[in-house]
Amino acid sequence: MSTKAAPVTNAFNAEEIRAQFPILKELVHGKPLVYFDNAATSQKPRRVIKAESAYYATINANVHRGVHTLSTKATEAQEAARETIRKHINARHAHEVVFTSGTTASLNLAAFSLGQLLLKKGDEVLISGMEHHANIVPWQLACERHGAVLKVIPITDSGEWDLDAIPGQARNDKAGKGGNDIFGEKTRILAISHVSNTLGTINPIKELIAEAKKRGIITVVDGAQAIAHLNVDVQDLGCDLYAFSGHKAYGPTGTGVLYGREELLERMPPWQGGGEMIDVVTFAKTTYAKLPFKFEAGTPHIAGIIGLGEAIRWMEDYDKSAMAKHEHLLLEHTTKELLTIDGLRIIGTAKEKVGVISFVIDGVHHYDLGTLLDQQGIAVRTGHHCTQPLMERFAVSGTTRASFACFNTMEEVDAMVAATRKAVKMLR
Amino acid sequence: MSTTMTLKQAQQELIDEFAMFSDWQDRYEHLIELGKDLPLIAPEHKTDDNLVRGCQSRVWLRAEPQDGRIHFTADSDAMITKGIVALLVRVFNDRTPQEIIGASTEFIDQIGLRAHLSPNRANGLSAMIDQMKRYAIVYSATT
Repeated sequence: MSTKAAPVTNAFNAEEIRAQFPILKELVHGKPLVYFDNAATSQKPRRVIKAESAYYATINANVHRGVHTLSTKATEAQEAARETIRKHINARHAHEVVFTSGTTASLNLAAFSLGQLLLKKGDEVLISGMEHHANIVPWQLACERHGAVLKVIPITDSGEWDLDAIPGQARNDKAGKGGNDIFGEKTRILAISHVSNTLGTINPIKELIAEAKKRGIITVVDGAQAIAHLNVDVQDLGCDLYAFSGHKAYGPTGTGVLYGREELLERMPPWQGGGEMIDVVTFAKTTYAKLPFKFEAGTPHIAGIIGLGEAIRWMEDYDKSAMAKHEHLLLEHTTKELLTIDGLRIIGTAKEKVGVISFVIDGVHHYDLGTLLDQQGIAVRTGHHCTQPLMERFAVSGTTRASFACFNTMEEVDAMVAATRKAVKMLR
Repeated sequence: MSTTMTLKQAQQELIDEFAMFSDWQDRYEHLIELGKDLPLIAPEHKTDDNLVRGCQSRVWLRAEPQDGRIHFTADSDAMITKGIVALLVRVFNDRTPQEIIGASTEFIDQIGLRAHLSPNRANGLSAMIDQMKRYAIVYSATT
């Protein structure tokens, strides 16, 4: 084999990447846009925008129904996207990839359907204290419906799971580890985030999933913040379900995926009923379509799904590992520079983090800071980030959060730090 | 202060005041300064009942009828928000319910704070205006 492989990947060039994002040329309040809100939604490269509009311009038709040419082309394009995603997350089968409108819909599907399948009175669902509301509320609803109980893994001061301290949790000792088992006798479902949207913590999900599996517990992963930054291999992780959104991974809004292990998806009842998801409908009884269509009622977001497929191919072309490395350098630089600001405290100091940094500053309200950064062209997120229990854990009303993507630069970080200094001076 | 001026004049005065600032920094510094003149709500009234829903920062707003007019006191834990409440209070304070109900709020746009009017859940300017008008409606019905 030649030692000089074609330089398709690895050569990471932020400037080349930036040129592919039309929005980065926009001005905000007359200043160049610095977009640090990628954990909320990432910007889209031209290839994704083009793929989505090309569908409307050339092959727009409904999928899986028509015998006409456009319908066939649209179906092929959508299913090609499914196959791209299957490969990307290393699922065994394309039909293990269910399209949804986003992580929230994926988790609602999971909670509704698994609740029906598994939960009985007194059973427990275990989540963690750093979950996004989308991975809390659907489980609360499921618990209410079935009389089950929600249990929570506490969070340490650094923003990591505290697996040694689960107050009030019934213990069992099947693992033979001496009674310090975070799972109870009645734990049926473990639902955890791969990466925290607020703290950036990369959780050791593989280890916890392995322990859950030993006990026959079904595992669900909220991968919304992981998919654009980590190499996700669902077989290696061993999870039963894995949810993510397209729009946080350079893809269109309104797209998402629920990966599910075939055997489990077969057993899970459908969530929404309608067209596309049926086999035979009579007024006496309906039988459901095969996977994945059983879970895809109604016309999907075809254009978006095609765009999502393109986004995944785009990330693969530029090498996710190289992107992650670049984002990690941005994180390190930001952490170092921000800490030179008097009274600034970082919330979330785990060893393993993606490019997300949440902070609070003594005497400065996050809303004021966010407003004054915006005036300087810098987009950050402020508030509770849909993680109110986590805010309570850290005794803050909210934080300012900068979250990076592959197109961000060190210069932008410096601009944010300078703008933060300026804002703090105005506010104190 | 504002009782000698009509509500429209009070709005125009603010528009003129802000027109003096050409850059964002001066404009926001002035807004923060205005916040310092806000008639503060008494600590015992900083209750959940007086919280304005729909703001990322916390805003307390209290309305008391005084001789057929409405007297507002308020506070916020964020300085820019406090400045914005102060703007509104300067315009609406000690007016009759009819004046408040009928008032236009276009002046917010004209002083370059339009962004705060967007239906964004994070900023509560519309929520504050709604709350003031609701108080006015309630008092006009009871007097």
